[in-house]
Amino acid sequence: MIPIQLIQETAEALMDKAAIEIPQDYLDGLRAAADTEDGELSSFVLKAMLENYEVAKEDRRAMCGDTGVPRWFVKLGNETQVEGGMVALEAALRQATANSTSGVPLRPNRVHPLWRTDHNNNVGIGAPEIEYGFEPAPEGEWVDLITVHKGGLFGTDYRMLFPSDGIPGIKRFYLDSLMAFGKRGLACQPAIIGIGLGGSKDICMTLGKRASTLRVVGSRNSDPRIADLEDEFKELGNSIGMGAMGFVGKNMVIDCNIEVGYCHTGGMPMSVHAFCLSSRRAVARIHADGRVAYRTDPDWFTDYQRRETIDWPPVREAAE
Amino acid sequence: MSGPPEIRLSTTPTPEAIADLRLGDVVYLNGLMYTAREGVYMRALKDQANIPMELPSESAANFHCSPAARINADGSFDMGAVTATASFRFAKWLPEWMAKTGAKLIVGKGGMTSEDYKDYFVPNGAVYLSTVGYGTGALLGRGVERVEAVHWHEELGLAQAMWVIRCNRMGPFIVASDLNGDCLFERENAKIAENVARVYRGTKPAVMKRYGETDDRTDEVI
Repeated sequence: MIPIQLIQETAEALMDKAAIEIPQDYLDGLRAAADTEDGELSSFVLKAMLENYEVAKEDRRAMCGDTGVPRWFVKLGNETQVEGGMVALEAALRQATANSTSGVPLRPNRVHPLWRTDHNNNVGIGAPEIEYGFEPAPEGEWVDLITVHKGGLFGTDYRMLFPSDGIPGIKRFYLDSLMAFGKRGLACQPAIIGIGLGGSKDICMTLGKRASTLRVVGSRNSDPRIADLEDEFKELGNSIGMGAMGFVGKNMVIDCNIEVGYCHTGGMPMSVHAFCLSSRRAVARIHADGRVAYRTDPDWFTDYQRRETIDWPPVREAAE
Repeated sequence: MSGPPEIRLSTTPTPEAIADLRLGDVVYLNGLMYTAREGVYMRALKDQANIPMELPSESAANFHCSPAARINADGSFDMGAVTATASFRFAKWLPEWMAKTGAKLIVGKGGMTSEDYKDYFVPNGAVYLSTVGYGTGALLGRGVERVEAVHWHEELGLAQAMWVIRCNRMGPFIVASDLNGDCLFERENAKIAENVARVYRGTKPAVMKRYGETDDRTDEVI
């Protein structure tokens, strides 16, 4: 049984870490970009961002004033029980989001879409989003809490493509999205671009969002042909000649991650997402004995999450 | 940090100081700056509420920003990070706002069009300063010497409230328009445009079109 108080305390620590500490994989990616950037203005912007990350950590102040829309991904081991049940877990995550909004402080971004009601705590109807995943391994009771504070306005698009559009059509929509939101830097690039391919319409958006926020820079899809596309699309995005803030430059895409799901036989839906210069994510695994291990790699897309088969053998036989 | 020239500018700048600014210059601000976006504009312009500051004598700098900040129980403020929001959405209010408040520096994200600059920035002697990144929230937060006041937070919420901040070498900002009405981002777009056809080579338009890709709503999209 995972203690509920520990869940809330850990969640508050994660909100703080996500807002203040740039994940190492993104930082390494941005440093590599800054080393290659030769556009004068783009280069200035990247250096300012690198300085900004240092100042955020020194001052324990949020790296970006726009908190985005804080959300949660929760992954549970198959045997995990939470003290008070899953309703208590959701209440703890909502309470942690509210507490950290005034604690860090974060910007209260969440309002009612029509009445613009603002509780000043980033909590409201459907906010923060909480999504779940389950894993067969490792055995035992554990829960992964993942918070992502992703920018909420620009850089995202969806389109229903069709099999006859093929890879050239996918490339066109990818470039259209980068051109539309890259100008003037609305996407806050260079970004981790996530592409969702397939699924139903909502799942297509979910896959793309998770590709951008739940995979680290340098990771590759387990399908080698998709991994090749990821490499190709990263290079394609960086060949536009557009850099940070839409200034002339050669760094638009820190990495490109593609996730797929089976879709309707007649279609090929596609979504594009941009996880920005403040790619805020933080992860912790909590065990039933009270151990908490913090990390920045959500490790969401396991073989189990990408499974194609009807069932998942509980014990996989050795191949000898 | 090497790069473009670095300029100190008052938030109540002289006409000469504004005239000296060139596209791409890097600016740091000193003095009082206030945040105002759609909430403040609607309250001041549509509802005709009295603006609780002397403008432009106290400040001629309008920041399109909602800070990450809290109001403490004792009435004091904590401001952490400060980041701008995209300005193009506020174009409908700005001509009237500038006429009413004498704002000379519009500070935000992404700038406006050269048409906006020529129509009402230049006649008002005003220029646009863009934040950098975007998202140098911690750097800009360090430039906040103190929060002087927050107005209308009960009516508008913390994000839309009018925050009055004392800037001490707050920056960096990039000069994105000048008194010719030229636009830094449009200049950069034009350079990038030369390359677009090459990048798109080998791609193809979607089989099914969308409205917007044809302007005639009597057209089919297939």
